[in-house]
Amino acid sequence: MDIRKPFISLLQGRISQSRQLLLNFMPSLLAIFGFFLLCGVVVHIRGQNALEFYGIIFSSGFSSFDEFGYVLFNATPLIFTGLAVAIGYKSGLFNIGCEGQLYVAAFATAWTGMHLDLPAFLLVPLCIAAAMIAGAVWGAVPGYLKARYGAHEVINTIMMNFIAFALMNYLVTSIYQEPSQMIPQTRQIHETARIPRLASFVPLLPDSNPLNASFLMACGCVVFCYIFLQYTGWGYELRLVGNARDVASYGGINPRAVTVWVMVLSGALAGLAGVAEVMGYRYRYLDSFSSGWGFTGIAVALLGRNNPFAILAAAVLFGLLNKVALDIDILLGIPRGLFLAGQGMLIIWLVCIEGISRKKNDT
Amino acid sequence: MILDLIPTTLRMATPLGFAALGGIYSERAGVINLALEGMMLIGAFGYVVGTQATSSTEFGLLVGLGFAVGLALLHAVATVTFHAEQVVTGIGLNILALGITESLLPTSKQVDGLPHWQLPFIGSYSFMVYLLPVVMVASHVLLFKTPWGLRLRAAGESTEALAALSLSRTKWQYLGILLSGLLAGAGGCFLASEVHYFTKGMTAGRGYLALAAVIFGNWRPLSGVSACFLFGFATALELANRWNIPVQLLNSLPYILTMIVLMGFVGTSRPPASLGK
Repeated sequence: MDIRKPFISLLQGRISQSRQLLLNFMPSLLAIFGFFLLCGVVVHIRGQNALEFYGIIFSSGFSSFDEFGYVLFNATPLIFTGLAVAIGYKSGLFNIGCEGQLYVAAFATAWTGMHLDLPAFLLVPLCIAAAMIAGAVWGAVPGYLKARYGAHEVINTIMMNFIAFALMNYLVTSIYQEPSQMIPQTRQIHETARIPRLASFVPLLPDSNPLNASFLMACGCVVFCYIFLQYTGWGYELRLVGNARDVASYGGINPRAVTVWVMVLSGALAGLAGVAEVMGYRYRYLDSFSSGWGFTGIAVALLGRNNPFAILAAAVLFGLLNKVALDIDILLGIPRGLFLAGQGMLIIWLVCIEGISRKKNDT
Repeated sequence: MILDLIPTTLRMATPLGFAALGGIYSERAGVINLALEGMMLIGAFGYVVGTQATSSTEFGLLVGLGFAVGLALLHAVATVTFHAEQVVTGIGLNILALGITESLLPTSKQVDGLPHWQLPFIGSYSFMVYLLPVVMVASHVLLFKTPWGLRLRAAGESTEALAALSLSRTKWQYLGILLSGLLAGAGGCFLASEVHYFTKGMTAGRGYLALAAVIFGNWRPLSGVSACFLFGFATALELANRWNIPVQLLNSLPYILTMIVLMGFVGTSRPPASLGK
């Protein structure tokens, strides 16, 4: 027996695995490349220097720890919403309702942080739990309606978004508005409900940098989601229901129950984006604070092909783009909307690639 | 007291009604259309840009409709030809439309509105208000009384039936989506022509509301447009704000009602069998 055989096969396995991985992420890499190329072309057509534009992108994101801190800060809520969308997607559900879930969660956090006067070791976990529960409830309703009545979760999550906007707007403007203020926002949460900024640990970050501990929480969620999906029985059930619903049913898995708890989990994850905003940054609830994080989460999940670690990378990329969009607007006068348009095209491109490959697998 | 809410109701319901009819064509052909929002937005944008450029509202209307149909074509190519996930495509198109319009024209100057027609007993409204019932009835007849409509619906109900008649599902789905763009674009044009300007994100969720009306009306033109009038009335109540009901409650009423209808307690709401496949 050839003693080298197991090693060779192991090596071959590795190579085919990494080839598979490369193939899997090829459309995403192409999309990113194409996106930046297209941006350069637009800048060139406008009669500006494309190289200068790329220089600004680089310096806006990576020229100092401070700049990079802002990129990660922008990325934090997108990691949560990206994971939330991906968890749903893996089980064949579309959670379009992240936006509403994170609003409700942010308000629940702010309410808990305002009204309970407890030491930090109690209040911080309580506030986080409040956010996760609120987000989970907002996600569970469409999940339950889908499982019980077969109502399409896309429509119901969209409806729940609008209900959340209206409800939160009512609560903030009519009941909990900060006295003697015109801005629709609540008063501040207690000092003990705030989570620290990373600048207080990392000497290289200036104190003004808003990057906070919620980013570490987001990284923790990435690892959690990876292990959960890949190595636990629940994760297996979730993926099985997403890939082969009938097989799952025959195997004794109840797809309806999976539908409900996946939406619960997804809503709770989206809710953590509210924690990042309220406990980590603004220390209060501001009406319509999110600039479409729930929807950008869809783009993040698509770009990351629903792989938690790739979602982290995709969220950082979008964090960079959000920051760059601002700098480009100021320095070159290129409107921010172009990046939004680019984001839309990115989504359509990726979803088309996915559609083609799905069709190819079917036949 | 209720009567003076009618003008606002009509003005609010008309753009929704056109978009909802658009949604019905697309969904009846089996394609989920979340891009109604983007189609309305780009329609409104096109109307204002076209009118500004030539100071002719007819040309503006054409440009608006053209832009919306263009976006619909993108939807059709992605979902029908490339089998892209319909829900995500719709969201992507909405973001695309928002980005394009926002970067090219954050806020416009004043433009002329579409011509108003003075009718006895009814009053003076934009001609599109009178057009809506005509399109509604025409859509009903077209979809449910003609072989043409039967085929379009077959694309959404039973692909086998289409295949048995050796008809192309692709063709009928393209047609459904393009009609959807045309009608949603008309809704957007009306919206811009009534307020006389364009501002970024001005549709403010009306496309999604129209989609709710489609479901509320059980994917049928007559009931769908009736739902739009109900939603328009809720908005009129909200704007008049006479009974101290929190505006946010009236605001979210259409969404709550749609969720209840989807549960199947009130009437039956059944989507086309092959919707989304």
